[in-house]
Amino acid sequence: MGTGFDRRRLLQGSAAASALALAAPALLRSAIAQGGSTGGPIRIGFPVPLTGAFGAEANDQVRAAQLAVKTFNEAGGFQGRTAELLVRDDKLNPGEAATRTLELIEKDKVNFLVGGLSAAVTLSINNVARERGVIYNSISQSDAINEAKDFGRTTFHEALNPHMTAGAVGRYVFPKSGKRVAFLSADYAYGHEMMRGFKRAGEASGIEVVADIRHPIGASDYSAFLPRIAALKPDVLCLCNFGRDQVVSIQQATEFGLKRTTKLVAPVLLFTARKAGGDAFDGVIGGTSYYWRLEDSVPSAKAFNDRFRAAYNGAVPSDYGALGYAGIRSVLEGVKAAGSVETDKVVAAMEALKADFYKGPQSFRKCDHQSVQSVLIVEAKSKDMKTPDDVFTILGTEGPDERFLRGCDELGHKA
Amino acid sequence: MSAITIGGFPLDLLALQLVTGIALGAIYVLVGIGLSLIFGLMNVVNFAHGAFFMVGAYVGVFLYGYTGSFWLSLVAAPLAMGLLGLAVERVLVRPLYGRGIDDPLLLTFGLSYVMVESVRIAFGLTGLPFGAPPELRGAVDIGIGYFPLYRLFLIGFALAVVGVLWLFIERTPFGLVIRAGARDPQIVQVLGIEITKVWLAVFALGCALAGLAGILAAPLQGVTPEMGVPVLAEAFVVTVVGGMGSLAGAVLAGLIVGIVVAMTSLVAPDMTKMAIFALMALVLLVRPRGLLGRAGALG
Repeated sequence: MGTGFDRRRLLQGSAAASALALAAPALLRSAIAQGGSTGGPIRIGFPVPLTGAFGAEANDQVRAAQLAVKTFNEAGGFQGRTAELLVRDDKLNPGEAATRTLELIEKDKVNFLVGGLSAAVTLSINNVARERGVIYNSISQSDAINEAKDFGRTTFHEALNPHMTAGAVGRYVFPKSGKRVAFLSADYAYGHEMMRGFKRAGEASGIEVVADIRHPIGASDYSAFLPRIAALKPDVLCLCNFGRDQVVSIQQATEFGLKRTTKLVAPVLLFTARKAGGDAFDGVIGGTSYYWRLEDSVPSAKAFNDRFRAAYNGAVPSDYGALGYAGIRSVLEGVKAAGSVETDKVVAAMEALKADFYKGPQSFRKCDHQSVQSVLIVEAKSKDMKTPDDVFTILGTEGPDERFLRGCDELGHKA
Repeated sequence: MSAITIGGFPLDLLALQLVTGIALGAIYVLVGIGLSLIFGLMNVVNFAHGAFFMVGAYVGVFLYGYTGSFWLSLVAAPLAMGLLGLAVERVLVRPLYGRGIDDPLLLTFGLSYVMVESVRIAFGLTGLPFGAPPELRGAVDIGIGYFPLYRLFLIGFALAVVGVLWLFIERTPFGLVIRAGARDPQIVQVLGIEITKVWLAVFALGCALAGLAGILAAPLQGVTPEMGVPVLAEAFVVTVVGGMGSLAGAVLAGLIVGIVVAMTSLVAPDMTKMAIFALMALVLLVRPRGLLGRAGALG
């Protein structure tokens, strides 16, 4: 915990130093912005990890974000102004992300920022954007970004947060599958936050934690952890990891025959991960913000998928892709509702926004700007697939409800 | 569950963990041998070794999709990487002989980037799913608990490969030339043997072994463009611990590293990555040339 505090202080310190150095151009920028706000496109900076372990997700985010911009422009834009997406590669690195974000603000003069993937990177982007008073709508799962110490008036969080996701999955799984629970978690903020969400959701059904194993992020082999877990025969094994870590650990847990006695559960079960993992994922339960089969019951999902298919050769959007779409839509709808691109007015408009872009109703909670939305519980399948993209069964939906979020007081926001 | 426990862990579990470590070590051994062989003979630190591992896996998985035969992939992947190794040695590495250790190192480092990017462009970023062939799926009871069949196969297969390799290097005339070449290339040259041809063959052999390890590892972790990155680090540890250029050293060190990883994960799961490097530091403190390394391997 101590290192996290130091890192944060370092980040804030360096951000403050650069703020001082760049104060003059910033003042100039605001002067230009006030003078010339009617001309030119609305520019949205979009830092995402195009290269690195989450490249597949990031590329889908870009495609969906471009679709959102296209939709906005085809509908006439805002007062004759079109929108423009400025994609930057943050390389999944907080330092790189801070530099790119600073450039987007100071050099490219973006009006808004959307993007991020991975908790540390999203916090880094947020730090820079907050210092400069630029609206940033994060599309990466993070619990910390909602807490008062990281939150700023211009911070919005379009993605689910680990507390919501793991909570919803826990509330679904524990009553059905049993109380003896083992955890295999990636040893960093995301893994810890997911685990906390599960444990809190499990209090209600009285779970007993039989093993709590932390693995280093990016481990290439998990076999060494598995005999011990298998010997304990837990009812549920929660794999609190992400991306490749999740794919490999699920593949190897299957290989070691854990599924005979144990239900495998992943807090965030991604479309791309299931596609990369193949039938090893069969029967694994998890949570997600979006799955394209939602179109069977939600009209806005159908409309979104159809537009996406038309634009990208029949491909369907992934969950994080959909977040890229919604992240841009939220900001641009905010602009329309505010009748302005000025930060204060757009912040107020986004706070009041009641939207249904692609998955049913969602809105931002006032105190922490967390998007209140549904969480889908899905089960991976490898049989009876109608198309290669038909990889999940939707088991249930936990509707948008502020009760499932941590309270504003707990997060440190003053009423 | 047996009643006997050591350090709070039942004996069954410890034994199972040991087997897990040996299976883990089998992959380390196969990757380490290739790296060690190439270094031992021509003083080239092949930074593209992990990339060959990865491309081998892709070739194997791609062929498996075509033919449906895992066994064919097991032949084709090393063959393809051997051929690629031939081309790389002839065109890229050869002009750099005699220019010290840095130039080939930088070259192969760059080459690994080119290989990874090419695979990303050709096959996408997501990676390909790949499971064990049907006849090797599932887990079997080995008396101390259930253990995946595929990993047992892996141990046996690696053992066989090491055996064949040992016979080849210790018992054939060509093996003799390889060993002589590693000791004194000039004398070998004087005796009328074209050492460059030997280098070419050994470089290709090392790359083929990396490709073989790649396709063998594919069912354990799927296939992604980045799968060679952690492997490279582990392979270097194996080579250094075993002694640069020593075949037996690579085998011994690969197994030790696998077992150390498995046992560490029992006591301190979050320290597994660090344990590998702690082991390396420890070995280097006691035996600077590695467990079975010869003197002066680094010049």
